[in-house]
Amino acid sequence: MTVAAFSFYLFALCLLAGGLFTVVSRNPVHSVLWLILAFLSAAGLFVLLGAEFVAMLLIIVYVGAVAVLFLFVVMMLDVDFASLKAEMARYMPLALLIGIVLLMQFALAYGSWTEAETAEAARLAVAPEGVQNTAALGLLIYEQYFLVFQLAGLVLLVAMIGAIVLTLRHRQDIKRQNVLHQMWRDPAKAMELKDVKPGQGL
Amino acid sequence: MLQADLNIILPEIILAIFAMLALVGAVYTGKDKLTAPLTWITALVFVLLALWVGSREVGQTAFGGTFNADGFARFAKVAILLSAAAVLVMGQEYLARRQVANFEYPVLVTLAVVGMMVMVSAGDLIVLYMGLELMSLSLYVVASLRRDSIKSTESGLKYFVLGSLSSGMLLYGASLVYGFSGTTLFSGIIEAAGEGHAPLGLLFGLVFMISGLAFKVSAVPFHMWTPDVYEGAPTPITAFFATAPKVAAMALFARVVHSAFGGITADWQQVIALISVLSMFLGSIAAIGQTNIKRLMAYSSITHMGFALMGLASGTAFGVQAMLIYMAIYIVMNLGVFAFILSMERDGQPVTDLAALNMYSTAYPGRALALLILMFSLAGVPPLVGFFGKFYVLRAAYDAGLVWLAVLGVIASVIGAFYYLRIVFYMYFGEAGEPLDKPRSPLLFGFLMASAAIMLLGVVNLFGVEGIAQAASLTLVN
Repeated sequence: MTVAAFSFYLFALCLLAGGLFTVVSRNPVHSVLWLILAFLSAAGLFVLLGAEFVAMLLIIVYVGAVAVLFLFVVMMLDVDFASLKAEMARYMPLALLIGIVLLMQFALAYGSWTEAETAEAARLAVAPEGVQNTAALGLLIYEQYFLVFQLAGLVLLVAMIGAIVLTLRHRQDIKRQNVLHQMWRDPAKAMELKDVKPGQGL
Repeated sequence: MLQADLNIILPEIILAIFAMLALVGAVYTGKDKLTAPLTWITALVFVLLALWVGSREVGQTAFGGTFNADGFARFAKVAILLSAAAVLVMGQEYLARRQVANFEYPVLVTLAVVGMMVMVSAGDLIVLYMGLELMSLSLYVVASLRRDSIKSTESGLKYFVLGSLSSGMLLYGASLVYGFSGTTLFSGIIEAAGEGHAPLGLLFGLVFMISGLAFKVSAVPFHMWTPDVYEGAPTPITAFFATAPKVAAMALFARVVHSAFGGITADWQQVIALISVLSMFLGSIAAIGQTNIKRLMAYSSITHMGFALMGLASGTAFGVQAMLIYMAIYIVMNLGVFAFILSMERDGQPVTDLAALNMYSTAYPGRALALLILMFSLAGVPPLVGFFGKFYVLRAAYDAGLVWLAVLGVIASVIGAFYYLRIVFYMYFGEAGEPLDKPRSPLLFGFLMASAAIMLLGVVNLFGVEGIAQAASLTLVN
């Protein structure tokens, strides 16, 4: 077994194990940690494919930002996972049945998997010869998939508007800081200096 | 190159820029005080854009074939823009009086419309998905716009969770299709799929994609969200759900099956025929027990989607034409009915109970007559326009050799007529109960009357929609 094949199987196994334990582990914090393992293994697979940039992106964005955010959310939110699990256990037999049927169907589909003769030619190479990863991605995103890229921006805009519309509340009963108001305040009117004699009150 | 591409998607660009300007402008100035003028301006922009898009030259593709500006897309875009404008104008007063006058509402509707316009023009799986998500995300948010109401938030959440599931199925199907054909371009997929029967892997992808799309058009068995979302969302937003997104999703459905899987018609024909039959029957039968008019309209829309899918199931250009005509008629009828529902009030509170319509005809004979015409048209009673919609899809199914489908469609239509006629019965022969308030909006009255008038006058030549739909369908199926 070559080093490349060995590392492929290693990463692939880690990825599958990470995914599995993300779903089955009892403690949600452990789930997030397993998820991080899955992300890291996926990054390893990307490196093997020759897509270093995507691999680094996966580590920086998903492990660095998304997974940590998940960790915060899981720890901050007071969700009673035990009762959720109990609820889930009720539907477990049905879910298992559907899962097994689906799995068998997929086995059927993948067992006789064929692809079109034109597929190999139509499928684009990972990166063209002599072009760096980032440059190749940039060409794809800003030329061929320009429209999709801009649409993705619009989708994010909708997500932002949605989050604000559904959660922002303008409360009237709280005091807000008004900087200008503070700066224009006249010290002479705001304060009064009193000379208090020792031993006497005001 | 880029210049030409941008020129083709100019309507979408204008609309997106308008949405952003409206958002920023409203945030920095009057905020919610600007909702009413902003809603009117948005509606005006939609109408102007519809006129422009309708008169534009078509037949071009942009961005390497990922975006199709053909006659089919033009038909769908004009229908989407006009119906969205009508819904905005109709619901403005209702929302303002219920204190849900967020200025984000017209902005979100605009972005949803951008998504729909991209969807109907999609020539690539990725563009299809981005358009679909842009539309769906905006719809999830507007469904729960009335965030202090439990029903509204529930409807938004339900829509979101089930919608994400359906997006997942669609994506999984798309990945299988890509795995088979090695390209996400529709033109590449149809070439890879070839003629005759699809290999098993492609078939799996196709069925998954049809499931995802069937969810968006609320066809059985992916209809569960419809009644709850329709009932929970504020009524103007329900009216929006029932019109423009349905047209967009149906047009997208037609585009996917014809321009990506047009060579393997026999494989998707039976699937669509089955969901068409199920939708027609479940919609007709389940609506019988409803007492809430919004839920009733939800089941009614499921039935109508079944009929529109029947046109699609025939797999011919005439079938697509029949579907387009059906959708155009369906929108007009629905706008009229929702204009009526929006004006149903008692003591200033909206009423959606069917029993409130008892003896409506004695108090407001004109309105009752208009609703009677609309109900007859929805039921497909000749000689109203609704009948012609059904007639076209039945003929398309018959011509394509799906006689059993046409026969079942007629039976479902007869069952469905019961609950439409029950509303008419309540209005004319029901027991007198607490009367409804005097409707105050002349605008809603205008929409109701105009819609009913179209149902009567359209009998002459369907306002020429037949020829336009034929030209549109021929650009998709050739």
